[in-house]
Amino acid sequence: MEPAAVAAAVRLAVQEAVRTLRSSEDGGTVLSALGRLQRFLGGTDAPALPDEQQEFARLHLATVLRCLVSRLSPAWLELLPAGQLEELWASFFLKGPADQAFLVLMESIEATEGPSFRLMKVAELLARFLGAGRLTAVLEGQCRQPQEPAFPLFQETLLARLVGLPDLLGNQLQRENLTIFLPQNYFPLLAKETARALGTVVDSLRGGSDCSVSFVSQVLGKACVQRRHKEVLGVLVPQLTVLTEGSCLWQRVCWRLLEQVPDRATEAVLTGLVEAVPGPEVLSRLLGNLVVKNKKAQFVMTRKLLFLQYRHKTQELRSLLGYLALDSQRRPMLVQVLKELLETWGSSSAIRHTPLEQQCYVSKAVLLGLGLLDEVELRASREELLASLMAGVSCRLDSSLPAARRLGMVVAEVASARIQPEGPPLKFQYQDDELSRELLALATPQPVGDSPSRTSLQAASAPAETPEKGALGDGAPQTQPQGSDSEPDSDDEFVPYDMSGDKELKSSKAPTYVRDCLEALSACEDWERWEAALRALEALVLRSPAATREVSVELTRALLHLEERTSVVGFDGLRQRALVAVTVTDPAPVAEYLTSQFYTLNYSLRQRMDILDVLTLAAQELSRPGRLRKAPQPSSPGPPSWPDNAPAPAWRAVVEERIRGKTRRFSRGSARSIPAGDPNSFSAVAGYFFFPLIQRFDRPLVTFDLLGDDHLVLGRLAHTLGALMYLAVNTGAAVAMGKALLEFVWALRFHSDAYVRQGLLTAVSAVLLSMPAQRLLEDLPDELLEVRSWLADVAEQDPDEDCRALAVKALLLLQKLSDKLLPLTAP
Amino acid sequence: MEHTQRTEVTAPLPSMAAPPPPSPDPQFVLRGTQSAVHALHFHSGAQGQGCPLLFSGSQNGLVHIWSLQTRRVLTTLDNHGGQCVTWLQTLPQGHQLLSQGQDLRLCLWDLTEGRNAVVDFVHLESMGFCRGSTLAMGQQRWTLAVPGKGTDEVQILEMPSKTSVCTLKPEADAKPGMPMCLELWQADSSSRPLLLVGYEDGSVALWDISQRKVCSRVACHTEPVMSLDFDSQKTRGVSGSAEKALAVWSLDEQQALQVCRTHEITNPGIADVKIRPDHRILATAGWDHRIRVFHWRTMKPLAVLAFHSAAIHCVAFANDGLLAAGSKDQRISVWSLYTQT
Repeated sequence: MEPAAVAAAVRLAVQEAVRTLRSSEDGGTVLSALGRLQRFLGGTDAPALPDEQQEFARLHLATVLRCLVSRLSPAWLELLPAGQLEELWASFFLKGPADQAFLVLMESIEATEGPSFRLMKVAELLARFLGAGRLTAVLEGQCRQPQEPAFPLFQETLLARLVGLPDLLGNQLQRENLTIFLPQNYFPLLAKETARALGTVVDSLRGGSDCSVSFVSQVLGKACVQRRHKEVLGVLVPQLTVLTEGSCLWQRVCWRLLEQVPDRATEAVLTGLVEAVPGPEVLSRLLGNLVVKNKKAQFVMTRKLLFLQYRHKTQELRSLLGYLALDSQRRPMLVQVLKELLETWGSSSAIRHTPLEQQCYVSKAVLLGLGLLDEVELRASREELLASLMAGVSCRLDSSLPAARRLGMVVAEVASARIQPEGPPLKFQYQDDELSRELLALATPQPVGDSPSRTSLQAASAPAETPEKGALGDGAPQTQPQGSDSEPDSDDEFVPYDMSGDKELKSSKAPTYVRDCLEALSACEDWERWEAALRALEALVLRSPAATREVSVELTRALLHLEERTSVVGFDGLRQRALVAVTVTDPAPVAEYLTSQFYTLNYSLRQRMDILDVLTLAAQELSRPGRLRKAPQPSSPGPPSWPDNAPAPAWRAVVEERIRGKTRRFSRGSARSIPAGDPNSFSAVAGYFFFPLIQRFDRPLVTFDLLGDDHLVLGRLAHTLGALMYLAVNTGAAVAMGKALLEFVWALRFHSDAYVRQGLLTAVSAVLLSMPAQRLLEDLPDELLEVRSWLADVAEQDPDEDCRALAVKALLLLQKLSDKLLPLTAP
Repeated sequence: MEHTQRTEVTAPLPSMAAPPPPSPDPQFVLRGTQSAVHALHFHSGAQGQGCPLLFSGSQNGLVHIWSLQTRRVLTTLDNHGGQCVTWLQTLPQGHQLLSQGQDLRLCLWDLTEGRNAVVDFVHLESMGFCRGSTLAMGQQRWTLAVPGKGTDEVQILEMPSKTSVCTLKPEADAKPGMPMCLELWQADSSSRPLLLVGYEDGSVALWDISQRKVCSRVACHTEPVMSLDFDSQKTRGVSGSAEKALAVWSLDEQQALQVCRTHEITNPGIADVKIRPDHRILATAGWDHRIRVFHWRTMKPLAVLAFHSAAIHCVAFANDGLLAAGSKDQRISVWSLYTQT
């Protein structure tokens, strides 16, 4: 038959049937019309000719399906008994070409307003459609090379519908939604169907016919862009892992699938893939040499995942770098990446301006990458790597954040051992923590699949282990004789006496007077006496404040210049406690002396920081409430403004005794003693502590430049000033101190060192806490506004996490302050 | 510290989970020397005659004779010209006492029936603190070893005739320094007298006197050997030095010395070390004011006696197991530990 004639015949038949369906209310008529149409779908007793079927599917199916949907109502379905009609109705959607059925279903769901009978019926049908695995058919239909060029708009719609199904259904059905349409169920299903469709593609390729997977790639890409990569790739990757193993055809399909992912989805897909694969081998099998061929993929894999993001887990990094190492075409890329990584690691600007977590991430990548290089590659780029490494190490060791220093040490140790295995090993002293252990674990390279450098890796790891074994070997014979030492002798009836008092003997007698201590500490060659004096000093000072006051400054000088010449246990603590005790006993002159020494020549940074610590601790002790009551004799630096402190309890006791004697009580509440108020001893001397410190920070000395290299001390200074400010709460000097401190903060607010910034933020918080709110607002309104905008800036943009947290806290304090003031001013 | 000790106690006797008994107190304390005590010697008294005695020699040159019954001074002997008495020893044949002083004299006292007269003396030629040693060679004869004229020499005398038998001088290239302590002894099987010498360089040497040569020498310490004692039954000896360790060494059949083990102690300095006559425990006199008691066979620490307030110079054991310690704090403490039941 002529094609034209076929078309005409089919058109006539369909038009007639559709007309009947539209108008007829009689069950029999409808049934016969449907039967006539069903012929065109095939599968009946007398199917239509293949040409006719094709013609029907191409041009008329959508019309018929739409018509069927539009007729859907309870009355219509009742036209035939026992749900016969419904079954027949559904079969049109489930048996015919899947893509059109799918589109019509989605279209009608979208067009139907609100929950209704028709909507529910259609949704149920869609659920059946999905459950019957018809999605595979939809995808297959797009993979098969079409006879005519694909209609891009149609594919576009189909793509949007496929990926947007959960959203659409969720919006339309609201609370009536079916579980299969929930994204967590739908996307795994979609992934499963995708794998099946790919299976058909592989089969038909085997059969010799061409196929295209670009539509599947688009589906994959779109799903990943919509952040559904976990659901989709979580199902798809394990299946593909199994299927691609040992099958070149599957591998090629897989590579093609990923190659054809649209550019804008590349990042989403690759990121998801790196997360989903168990290891580098699988990644290599699934991706092929995509990074070499595709610029976008290369950018994502070698720049974005490594340099611009830092949220990925170590396992993902391992997969990524291992993937680069697994193929000879990709290895140059690995070397290049590693060089860039180390360059970033070593750049001082990066260290200052990137968060610590990112630095950790880059460190991990560097160590993993180093583990993957073989000897030849290492030798070729040794100089370059070492130079970057050393630059980074020295920058990090300069840092005032302990975490950054430790990171530098660990990476330096591990990386230098790898880059220069024959040189003397670098060894730092640092405390183990979770991060350092993880980094050290990264250094022991794991054999990677069929990596060409496997043997060299094992060779490199061998010498790293030997010293440990050696240490163990040394330890073992030492324990052996001791074991035989304590052998029980059964015939021994001698029971040892208690020997716990057997301690090291300190032969020298402790000095009894403060002056003796001073003498022993300043000019003594008798080290035992020296040590005894140091140990006794704190107690002596606290016991005899008057004697201490006579020599306080000399004593402070002696202690400040004290060096640990013999290894006395706890030397630093003893010295510090003694200094604090002296400062507390005689605050004004000692604080004056200490603050003046802080800015003089010829002190080490350590001593300067000691000065700051001592001032803080002494201020804390002075401002501690209840300090005087605890001391047995209130002869310590009691402020003269409280002369009747002592007699008060005496008369009060007498009065209370009298009241008690004359009063009859019926019931007695729990006698709660209210803590008596105490004057803040710090109040009188806060100025001595604070102002000399804050005045001269911007005048550099030959050996001491606070605004230059010595930013560690500057950070400590900022913290100390903040602490002094905080301790000066409720004192008269607080207002003046707060003003000065805010000025200080303002001058340094853009300091590049995170530790300094932390100190400044602490200081701001201290000002907000200690200054009376009223005075703050009256005296410093402009400063407060400036501070507020600076804090908001830091809270948003500072690379250091602690800085951000501190800024947020300070902002909250500021907010509280304004809340407190508002009700006062409102009425 | 306490914990490990407890496990040591319970290891041999699992039933005893109780904490160790508290450190004991001295049985009694002898006061009144009015000077630091440098030498102690017990004398059990001849059978049936007299009570047990304790001799003590002090820095001021006096020798006190204490009655252990009344715990009072019976007699004071003074013939060292105010110079420190460093060694006291009774002779086996009754009431004769040897006292060595820093006035370079070794006096022989006759104490029979309450007498206290010097019957003889030997002129010494060394100023050091090295104590002498005696060995009975027969009913009336005995051998005496004292530091000799040269700084590294030991002189052997035949007593009571005071004839010099020989001078033991180490070989020229050995350079062990001064002799610090001497111990004469004789193996049960042979009649050849042997001499153990602890030297200044920390080594212990065994001399064969009849052949006048060193049989064996072993480095036990890095500091001078301050004192040594030898158990001829087990052919094992112990030495203490200025360092923080005791050394236990043994003598094999070839008369070669070898160090068995060293035992760490808390504080440095052992002035004296004595093995109890029953060879079961040993005691050390510590510069750290403490007496330490060890089990001799296993060297297990048994007690640390902290009573004195100054360095202890000497310890001595009586035949019945009584332990005495003399200290720079001018007191003599007497202890009864692990005495025979």
